[in-house]
Amino acid sequence: MMIETILSQEKPLVEVRDLYVAFHGQTVLRDINLTIPAGQTLVLLGESGCGKTVLMKTLIGLIRPTRGQVFFDDLDIHALSEQELSKLRLRFGFVFQNAALFDSMTIAQNMAFPMRQHGQFTPAQIRELVEARLIEVGLPASVLKKKPAELSGGMRKRVGLARALIMNPELILYDEPTTGLDPIMTDVINQLIIRTRRRGPVTSVIVTHAMETARKVPDRVVMLYPISRLDPHESQIVFDGRPEDLDQSRDRRVRQFVNGEAGQRLMELIGETEG
Amino acid sequence: MSTSHKVYEDFPSDGWLSRFVDWIADWGKLVLDNLEAVGDFAIFVHRAMVWLFTRLPKSETLLPNFYAVGVASLPVVALTGTFIGMVLAVQGYFQFRQLGLETRLGGVINLTLVRELGPVLAATMLAGRVGSSMAAELGTMRVTEQIDALAAMGANPIHYLVVPRFLSCLLLIPVLTIMADYMGMMGGYFYSVQVLGVDSHHYWYNSAQFVTNFDLFVGLLKSLFFGAAISMISCYQGFHCSAGAEGVGRAATASFVYSFVAILALDLFLGIALDAVYYTLYPEGGRVL
Repeated sequence: MMIETILSQEKPLVEVRDLYVAFHGQTVLRDINLTIPAGQTLVLLGESGCGKTVLMKTLIGLIRPTRGQVFFDDLDIHALSEQELSKLRLRFGFVFQNAALFDSMTIAQNMAFPMRQHGQFTPAQIRELVEARLIEVGLPASVLKKKPAELSGGMRKRVGLARALIMNPELILYDEPTTGLDPIMTDVINQLIIRTRRRGPVTSVIVTHAMETARKVPDRVVMLYPISRLDPHESQIVFDGRPEDLDQSRDRRVRQFVNGEAGQRLMELIGETEG
Repeated sequence: MSTSHKVYEDFPSDGWLSRFVDWIADWGKLVLDNLEAVGDFAIFVHRAMVWLFTRLPKSETLLPNFYAVGVASLPVVALTGTFIGMVLAVQGYFQFRQLGLETRLGGVINLTLVRELGPVLAATMLAGRVGSSMAAELGTMRVTEQIDALAAMGANPIHYLVVPRFLSCLLLIPVLTIMADYMGMMGGYFYSVQVLGVDSHHYWYNSAQFVTNFDLFVGLLKSLFFGAAISMISCYQGFHCSAGAEGVGRAATASFVYSFVAILALDLFLGIALDAVYYTLYPEGGRVL
């Protein structure tokens, strides 16, 4: 209750208005309206292909919407020039699904990259901060000289997280941070996300289809549904509320996802293929 | 696309009229898709030029590209240049000997090398060795979201990835062209004089008569256009790579094919334009070999 009161008083850090995104004539996002207050941890939930990663990439201008606006701190990010957008992105951190580490660089160079882009840090400051962030995600300094290909999937994800956090961003976006990890490493990543939020004022958006992340990490859950299975008048956001309310939802689509039930989906898929 | 579907619905599904409408729609789609691709490429080039003149790239991004384009390409350009010079000697000698003009071989070989084969050969090697590799590297970065990661961390991918590659191709292709010219001349000289026994003095005298500074300028100017085209086409293909290993492979192949076509097309049009310039500057400048 207390968190909710605080959040309701915060001005929105991110605001999405009437967002439409289509690729080659195929609509992926339709009429999305979303307000994310500063300091909130939001999970974007939904099955594969429902457009959650597209929505997240649209939030920081990596994908240009067909229609609609995205505001970050009252700035319409799709109206900014390339130079202005590059500068603004130093306030974001993005954890990619497969870490997206630069494979031509060492781990140290990967982690130092955002600081070098900023251009305000001495080599000693960069080294100090890189080592500190690495310790926070539970990795030894010996990995610094390695290339990304020499690390395991879990280690790469943690390096990706450390790199995203290095500039103390105001908004952190996590794209399926636990996909492909074992249950223990999944929980480690969840703990790291929670610790990051507790450490300082940060707004987080997490795209996932992992229910354990959706129950454990966020203040708020928004569930998207694929447009191809919606009627034209239906909203693409089928749930917007607290994580504990997910289990009480009466919406058949939400219940099916939360309980992990195939239902009629297999027959629908076969029907679509035959059709 | 939706328009063409609408057109389909308005006509019966069989008969010559329907087939004719299909044919028109297919051609229309092909033309529109190609126009869109050309427009997209033009915007890509424009963005690269804006970044080039907004902020110069850092040395840490420039030097590895200079090395890949300049240093690593020199041996293969030198080797192919030598062979091309020798092949010209082999092919030209018997024709010229029949006319008793074998001492003019030097002029033909060296003029051909400096104006045409040197720049085209260096550019073809660059497109095959460096252009394909650029497209594959950038394509892999696109597929593995590394290009998105660059953008997300405040580095503009065009500025960080495209501008250094463009500059390295543009600035170093003249050097590769000079290397191809030089090694071709040496190859042609070796085969003509040392193997076929053409008189050395007349070989070089005729070369000096026919190869002018303007020819050298034409070759080097053309090479600048080739370098710019190769880097832009390769980077564009990499940036617009479709997902998966197949997409990366296709981008690498397409970058070479389009670059090669661009090299030949530019060679033709620049050749015509520069000849017009030559005859304007030197109205009595026609050569007789």
